Amino acid sequence: MMAEILSIAAQLLIIIGTFFLLVGAVGLIRLPDMFTRMHAATKCTTLGAMCTLLGVAIIMQGSVAIKAVLMIIFIALGNPTSAHAIARAAYRSGTRMKIGSYDAFKEEFE
Amino acid sequence: MIDISFLPAVVTVITFAFLVSFFRIMKGPTAGDRFIALDAATTITTALLAILAVIYDREWLIDVAIIYALLSFIAIIAIARYLEGGL
Repeated sequence: MMAEILSIAAQLLIIIGTFFLLVGAVGLIRLPDMFTRMHAATKCTTLGAMCTLLGVAIIMQGSVAIKAVLMIIFIALGNPTSAHAIARAAYRSGTRMKIGSYDAFKEEFE
Repeated sequence: MIDISFLPAVVTVITFAFLVSFFRIMKGPTAGDRFIALDAATTITTALLAILAVIYDREWLIDVAIIYALLSFIAIIAIARYLEGGL
């Protein structure tokens, strides 16, 4: 009984994670400018990779599960950090949003 | 034993997602587009390596995925500092 629940959970987690990875890649193609592309790519690939790694941790138990959980923690910490660094660097090097919106960063930098 | 016969289809879909983000790396008009697509592509590759570790039953592919994630994080931070003009 417990093994069946774990099996279904692992398969569902891997399929959901794959779906979110695909959605992030499609958003990378379809959205109009850099910051909206980042909005799609960063969040969707972070959630997708975390779900996929959790499914892998359930399938391959033992030491691989520990490594996979460590990698989930690292992705949850590191991926938003790198996205924040890229956004700040891109803004400072002159990229702006295409759709008109309130730019709170402009007052800070000028 | 958990049924893993659906994993080759998962590998196909993840590889398609990687190719789509690689298209953005090639095409992206500004440098920020390319770096965002590179960040997404490295995260997708991490998940792909973990799936391949399950399919081929090789534990060291998980180690490869860990090292890949760490190195890509450091590389993205260094590239961002370079783009900002601080390196």
